[in-house]
Amino acid sequence: MLTAAILVPLFGALALALWPGWRTATARIFGVAVAAIPLVLLAVAWTRFDPAGPRFQLVTDVPWIPAIGAGYRIGVDGIALVLAALSALLYVAAIAYPVHYRDKARQYVAWMLFLEGVSIAFFLALDLLLFYVCFDLSLLGMYFLILLWGHEDRQRAALKFLLYTFAGSLVMLLGILSLVLAMDPLTFDMRALIDARPLAVDGVRASVTFAAIMIGLFVKTPVVPLHTWLPTAHVEAPSPASTILAGVLLKMGTFGMIRIAFGMMPATFGRYAYVVAVLAVVGIVYGAFVALGQRHIKRRIAYTSVTHMGYTVLGIAMAASLGDGHDDARRLALDGATLEMVAHGLITGALFLIVGSLWRRGESFEMDDYGGLAKRAPRLTAAMVVASFASLGLPGLAGFVAEFQIFAGAVAIEPWLAGIALIGVVVTAALFIQLLHKVFFGETSERSAKMGDLSSVETATLAALLGLTIWIGLAPAPLMNVIDPASRAFLHSPEPGRTTPR
Amino acid sequence: MMPIGDVAPELALAIGACVVLVVVLFVPRTLHWIGAPIAALAAVVAVVLAARLHVSVPPKTTFSGTWALDGFTAWTTYIACASTVFVAVLSPRWFATDARHGEWYTILLLCALGAILIAGAADSLELMVGMLLVSVTGYTLASYHRASKMCAEAGAKYFFLGALTNPILLFGITVLYGLSATTLYSENVTIGDAPIAMTAAVGAVLVGLAFELGAFPVHPWVPDVAQGSPAPGAAFLTVVPKVGALIAIARFVSFLPEAEVAWRPLVAVMALLTMTVGNLAALWQTDVRRLIGWSSVSQAGYGLLAVVALGRSPLAEPSLVLFAIGYALANLTAFAVVVDLRGRTALGDYDGLARTRPWHAFALVVAFLSLTGIPPLVGFGAKVALFGAAIDAGYTWLALAAVINTVVSIFYYLRVIAPMFTAPPPDRPVATLGREVAALAVLGALATLAFGLGAEVVLGSIDAGSVVSG
Repeated sequence: MLTAAILVPLFGALALALWPGWRTATARIFGVAVAAIPLVLLAVAWTRFDPAGPRFQLVTDVPWIPAIGAGYRIGVDGIALVLAALSALLYVAAIAYPVHYRDKARQYVAWMLFLEGVSIAFFLALDLLLFYVCFDLSLLGMYFLILLWGHEDRQRAALKFLLYTFAGSLVMLLGILSLVLAMDPLTFDMRALIDARPLAVDGVRASVTFAAIMIGLFVKTPVVPLHTWLPTAHVEAPSPASTILAGVLLKMGTFGMIRIAFGMMPATFGRYAYVVAVLAVVGIVYGAFVALGQRHIKRRIAYTSVTHMGYTVLGIAMAASLGDGHDDARRLALDGATLEMVAHGLITGALFLIVGSLWRRGESFEMDDYGGLAKRAPRLTAAMVVASFASLGLPGLAGFVAEFQIFAGAVAIEPWLAGIALIGVVVTAALFIQLLHKVFFGETSERSAKMGDLSSVETATLAALLGLTIWIGLAPAPLMNVIDPASRAFLHSPEPGRTTPR
Repeated sequence: MMPIGDVAPELALAIGACVVLVVVLFVPRTLHWIGAPIAALAAVVAVVLAARLHVSVPPKTTFSGTWALDGFTAWTTYIACASTVFVAVLSPRWFATDARHGEWYTILLLCALGAILIAGAADSLELMVGMLLVSVTGYTLASYHRASKMCAEAGAKYFFLGALTNPILLFGITVLYGLSATTLYSENVTIGDAPIAMTAAVGAVLVGLAFELGAFPVHPWVPDVAQGSPAPGAAFLTVVPKVGALIAIARFVSFLPEAEVAWRPLVAVMALLTMTVGNLAALWQTDVRRLIGWSSVSQAGYGLLAVVALGRSPLAEPSLVLFAIGYALANLTAFAVVVDLRGRTALGDYDGLARTRPWHAFALVVAFLSLTGIPPLVGFGAKVALFGAAIDAGYTWLALAAVINTVVSIFYYLRVIAPMFTAPPPDRPVATLGREVAALAVLGALATLAFGLGAEVVLGSIDAGSVVSG
């Protein structure tokens, strides 16, 4: 069933790629239909998933390259299930959302479906090689989306994006190989690596391996100072691709931190958790202030991504820190980090879609070109208000629940770090209020006067994303019931036999 | 009684070469394409015979220890013969306007035979014979269009470098003979107490072999041949002799006494310089064939990673063979596209190719992505295995250098790929040579994907035990 969730979009992409006769409308409807199938399949998987059951469930394990211990191994724990479902949802939204196709709707939808299959496979992977393959392919898919459907400076942005993130992923590959080579016999099986923790022994090799893996993940997340590809990529990408980039691809970095760094090298992560946490806090504050300084709406939202991913990294680092006696706080931080990924995916995903709608109507990303939109486009305004307040962490919305848990955990473990990070929350609030005030209220600008409201497709898509945000904000329990056991498993897994590296 | 059956595949190639030569003497010039199917048939027969030996005979040396019958030899035979078939299909249309080209196929077969000889040699004199065969036939292939200045220049450069390095190789062989009183590789292991002479000899042999590998410092012929030779010949010469030489280096060093001569650092430095020089030179090329040529230099550097790890990592032998297959497939596919576009090489000729000729664009993109190491293509599996082997052997710095080079390389591959999608196509699309050439390019691309997904076929079939070594 999980395999079908991966293969259906891939075959959909293949069908679009091989047969040239698709009309624009047909391709889009076909894309939405195909993209929705994994969502349904993952929903069914959700119902079959037993939170009290074994750590990894619905496992498929087929040999792929047994000579090096690689297999087609997929399965879910609570965290992977939630993120895979989030990805599927965001792809449906992104494909449904209108975009300027440049006469290549067929290719656009094909790349989107390809990315969907790869992203879902990434979150479901229980094999490091498969994990890496999907990690790399997601870069390639996004490269072509930016290159072919981006804005003016798309070629440069796409190249920068690919070079930067590809470099990061190759460094991570070296780390993965170093980790895997410590296993005897050689295996890429994540479950075996989580059980054995082959480099649990102190030493230079463990530190270097950890650093290599983290650098790759830092680039993807991104963590300051490895974030510089992000603003250009976001600004130039077509808006639905920005949604995918923010909502799905960035999560790959933080998910990797949880799965590989924390799951397989907890002792090493514990030793360096403080460093990671400081970097995260720097990112939170830096991202917020830089965002505040932007007049370009899309770049402003892109930088808030840096802040929000900073919260996630902070949560993960706090969970990984070896604070004895802080078990509850650590679990809370990891729960919060996972929930923040979901919340950020929904909220920022919606924000980028809204910005796309602005562009389609006003052909500008500059705040100063807009004003008083509330009178002209009440639905657009309503969506933006909800999304902005969710993003700045208003209670009752998903962002608040997540950030509250992260801060609650962090305060117990490193109070002053949490205190500094709070600056980010304040500044984020200011920058969204300012944005809302300028674009939607105040004096009506010439450009805004000509703009119409959201179409029904846009309204429905945004309503779905923001509705979920509200629902999670009011009743996070169903989600937490799935996430929390997975977090517990990270903190209370039995000590492995101390394996020495070969 | 000589164990003649042990060299049956090689005999098949030699006989095939003679048959082609005789047949084209008697057929009219318009029928010279007949050489292609004969050459292809000989290559297929050689593969079948090699496969029978591969399956039935355990790894051993034969002919008094001068010829290695093992996984390396078998895989080199497969790669060289498959490449010969590939190039034989590319050739007839390309040479259709030439006065006569029947002998082309004879030379292809002999060159493939030379490449197999150097890979299978377990004796330095046999290595020399193989090197001469592969060099002399190579010069001919490189300069086949006598009237073309570019072609003559490519051939001359190839020839002069060969004329320089073949004697260096012979010098190294002579010193080794002086030290061990025999030309057998297996006796090199026993040489002791002569570190300086030994290092000089090994260095000379490595330089001699680096010539056909197209590795630093004797690589400059590769871009010229890639650009100036007949395009099918460029496809052949950037693949078959290089693969043969890579395996030959691997076999030669695996018989060296590591206590006497530090060959590992020597090869590591050669790898580092080869990939770096190749990549940096490729960056700003405006000629696609020359760009492929420089990329082919840098690829040789990656391949040497596996050589460095020989004897220290179980991944060394599998990664070497998988790399050779991946490199051969990707390079042949890229050149097949070039051949079908009638050898057009200016970067601008590829503008908008994804719109005008999507299948060509597909094949070229797959080939380049595989050379970069993008999953799930075979180049990816090869790089994973190569990096793993290097790390396992304690050469993490070399793996890191390879990673940096890989990132650099994606830049110039994208310089070709991106305009194929974004630039407006030229007013008159480039004409193509023929359906079967295009089909071959697509087939090559699909094989690149198939070997990537099915890397087990290669990785599972070869390990340290299936190779003869000291």
